[in-house]
Amino acid sequence: MSTDAILSFEEAMEKYDPVLGFEVHVELNTKTKMFSSAPNVFGDEPNTNVNEVDLGMPGVLPVLNKTAVESSIKIGLALNCKIAEYCRFARKNYFYPDTPKNFQTSQYDEPIAYDGYLDIELSDGTVFRVEIERAHMEEDAGKLTHMGGATGRIQGADYSLVDYNRSGVPLVEIVTKPIEGAGSRAPELAKAYVAAVREIVKNLGVSDAKMERGNVRCDANVSLRPHGRERFGIRSETKNVNSLRAVEHAVRYEIQRHAAVLDSGQPVIQETRHWHEDTRTTTSGRAKSDADDYRYFPEPDLVPVLASREWVEELRATLPEPPAARRKRLQADWGYSDLEFRDVVNAGVMDSIEETIAAGASASVARKWWMGEIVGRAKTADVDPSELGVTSETIVELNKLVESGKINNKMASQVLDGVLAGEGTPAEIVEKRGLAVVSDDGPLLEAIDAALAAQPDVAEKIRGGKLQAIGAIVGGVMKATRGQADAARVRELILERLGVEG
Amino acid sequence: MTELNNTELIRLSAAQLAAKLAAREVTSVEVTQAYLDRIALVDGGADGIHAFLHVNTEEALAVAAEVDAIRAAGGAEAEALHELAGVPIAVKDLIVTIGQPTTAGSKILEGWHSPYDATVIKKLRAAKMPILGKTNLDEFAMGSSTEHSAYGPTRNPWDLDRIPGGSGGGSAAAVAAFEAPLALGTDTGGSIRQPGAVTGTVGMKPTYGAVSRYGAIAMASSLDQIGPVSRTVLDSALLQEVIGGHDPFDSTSLTDPFDTLVAAAKTGNVTGMKIGIIKELHGEGYQAGVETRFNESLELLKGAGAEIVEVSCPNFKYALGAYYLIMPSEVSSNLAKFDGVRYGMRVLPKDGPMTIERVMGATRAAGFGDEVKRRIILGTYALSAGYYDAYYGSAQKVRTLIQRDFDAAFAQADVLISPTAPTTAFKLGEKLDDPLAMYLNDVATIPANMAGIPGLSLPGGLADEDGLPVGIQLLAPAREDARLYRVGAVLESLLEEKWGGPLLDRAPALQAPVLGSSSTIAGGSN
Repeated sequence: MSTDAILSFEEAMEKYDPVLGFEVHVELNTKTKMFSSAPNVFGDEPNTNVNEVDLGMPGVLPVLNKTAVESSIKIGLALNCKIAEYCRFARKNYFYPDTPKNFQTSQYDEPIAYDGYLDIELSDGTVFRVEIERAHMEEDAGKLTHMGGATGRIQGADYSLVDYNRSGVPLVEIVTKPIEGAGSRAPELAKAYVAAVREIVKNLGVSDAKMERGNVRCDANVSLRPHGRERFGIRSETKNVNSLRAVEHAVRYEIQRHAAVLDSGQPVIQETRHWHEDTRTTTSGRAKSDADDYRYFPEPDLVPVLASREWVEELRATLPEPPAARRKRLQADWGYSDLEFRDVVNAGVMDSIEETIAAGASASVARKWWMGEIVGRAKTADVDPSELGVTSETIVELNKLVESGKINNKMASQVLDGVLAGEGTPAEIVEKRGLAVVSDDGPLLEAIDAALAAQPDVAEKIRGGKLQAIGAIVGGVMKATRGQADAARVRELILERLGVEG
Repeated sequence: MTELNNTELIRLSAAQLAAKLAAREVTSVEVTQAYLDRIALVDGGADGIHAFLHVNTEEALAVAAEVDAIRAAGGAEAEALHELAGVPIAVKDLIVTIGQPTTAGSKILEGWHSPYDATVIKKLRAAKMPILGKTNLDEFAMGSSTEHSAYGPTRNPWDLDRIPGGSGGGSAAAVAAFEAPLALGTDTGGSIRQPGAVTGTVGMKPTYGAVSRYGAIAMASSLDQIGPVSRTVLDSALLQEVIGGHDPFDSTSLTDPFDTLVAAAKTGNVTGMKIGIIKELHGEGYQAGVETRFNESLELLKGAGAEIVEVSCPNFKYALGAYYLIMPSEVSSNLAKFDGVRYGMRVLPKDGPMTIERVMGATRAAGFGDEVKRRIILGTYALSAGYYDAYYGSAQKVRTLIQRDFDAAFAQADVLISPTAPTTAFKLGEKLDDPLAMYLNDVATIPANMAGIPGLSLPGGLADEDGLPVGIQLLAPAREDARLYRVGAVLESLLEEKWGGPLLDRAPALQAPVLGSSSTIAGGSN
């Protein structure tokens, strides 16, 4: 695998203006498939959720899933799109074994939703409007597994296995108009846009929206042009970038790569690129030209989709609170400051905090855990916080252990490590690791006396009413007890010992 | 049980058989066995009709025995039996069936068994009609002579050296040769009606959507329609009522009830009905004997009180051209699934790398015949970027114009009439090397498919010059299938009165294919 030359991001930005574009595929969570009654379920034994329609047997006909149409209209409405009163499906003809009919039934020039926009809030609170060209319905292809090769790609493989469980799963493809003017915030915008789409479809309840399962898949188009030029540069399309962080990294990398190509005086090749999470680079896929001929024509086996205005309005009335409004409400409910809330949103833990609160934690406790403990660990592990494996239940249990005085915060942090290491439940880990706050006052009093004797000047200050000085004594006690003492109890005992009212 | 001999039994119409079965004058096993014997007698061998690609002996007899047992037991279950229960039927091998192979007349599906039943097959099973077997056809229903079957041609029972029409030559010949009382066909551009015309049988293409297409291997989805093949107009009406109706598995199937068809076939008069001759669909290019019989039918209808008017459909001259763009375009997409990956034939390339593209290519090269390849190439071209508007787009506009022509014509007439085909049956091999001449056979039948309207072909007599059957086509507005059965049944009875019996009574006796066999089937006594 040859390594492409790249420019530093700063230099690339100095010389060029990036233009982005996204195609986000959203798998709908309907009970059955787009055109057949086979179950739409993830993760089952290969080729079990299929019937003759999904396998493209001779003589079969598609029947459109009404719920999928409703979900598509909801997505269109949530993206501020117009909904077509009349639209049709087409056949996209190409031979590939993941597509059993050797054509994909997809909307082409008559999308169900078109001309919308989505306002994206960046980390500093700036709002950037992304124009939506269209959202159209289509069916997913089967899943190919290439066997025998070193890379898992088709090149070099001995044979390929096909799982048609995914064949015919309903998809909505959301296509943006070219996004100009993001400048150096392009990578951040890319991540925020995909996050916003994921949030919307999850909020609508129309998709499970799990990127790691491929429920939301992003193809990121990047092109560069010299500052001040209107005409777009030649774009690359990085396929299937399947995490939010990867979207950000892929866009950043492609900007750097394009810049180096342009700097060397070469033209950028219009092609698809594969994203590699391990090296955080892309490699060349297949050349893609606008002349790819899929011989689209209207699908004769389906009747046109007629979305009456009444139906659209009925669906609009069922839409849940939009995510932006929801954020406002949650911030008010939780009593977070603007800064605190933005940090929570930017860290990607708002949903997790909401779940943790729902599981019984207070807003401040939930924030303390997610922002104070989990975000940092996720960064170290290089995963999204929600993917670290911490459940709301774990946090609630940990917090109960702290509040009951069984362990202190420092120990709780160790217990969390244990949970992440798979050592068991918090209670089990407390037990196994012998972590418990020393609650027998005898040894504590000894330590307190020793600490007071060691720092007589501090003891004097406390006696004199300077209660803030108590920290030095508490610290000494905690050190002596290797952190196993309950700091609050230590404080009480110190004040008692010195005869000072707390 | 029966006093009829087998020869008499197999010449009964489906309606007559149904009555005798209901009256327990004959058993379904007797009837089914008589047809199986007839198939064994006339279908095989070098000079056989070769209407069948598969004979379903065991299952047919089992279903027949089940019907007989229910009738013998009497009671509610016997009462609930469908009118056609126990009446056997043949099925065009384009329609998928559990328990029998389905080939579509193609090598690429040789030996393939469908894991599911077509909706029409489910309906036949629900009505307990024994399925005699699967009938021959041009490969994937592409042809007008059944010569494009990968399994050899079917012969016309009227003259074994002639074609039985196509693509449904097998179903038409089976019914004409008394190998089945009824059959199912499919009609994309005339594949039910034209074989009906050249074999002296009745063939009906219902309104698009009147019969579910689920399980009929698609040729051109926007044109295909399953329909009945029979020896009488009433029999087709009876069969369409069995197979018709809305199907949730076919989005294009109509929700209208088509349950007045049998009643319409029994109406018995056409007084005051306006019958329109389509100016563009007779005269030049039509065989003289065909014209003579056509005019004779007009006179008979006039004599029965119908008013004959002339209508013009000026855009019909573009119909054939537009059809040969739309149909192949859909064919090129519909037949893409036959690639050797999931089912059917798989051919590996002789040498070179074993890539998926090359396996698909080798399979399709070996599995498809020339006519199929011709249409796939034509359709692929017509849909290509840069040509789409000029070809597929223009053809769709012509389609709209044809529909408007029909709208205008039906403003002047209740039913339209024309010869079904320009000529009688031509000789086997005569047009095999001239695709355009072959395509012209369907010039009168194609407009109905382009407009989605129903069309019925019934025997109009024998052409004077060659003594071969001539078909008369009746057309009605969409959803007015009943009108065709009404007019068709009246014309049929007038013609039979003239002939002194059914036209098929005049068909030649067929020799047994086995040398030295003494059994022959008595022909008509005209």
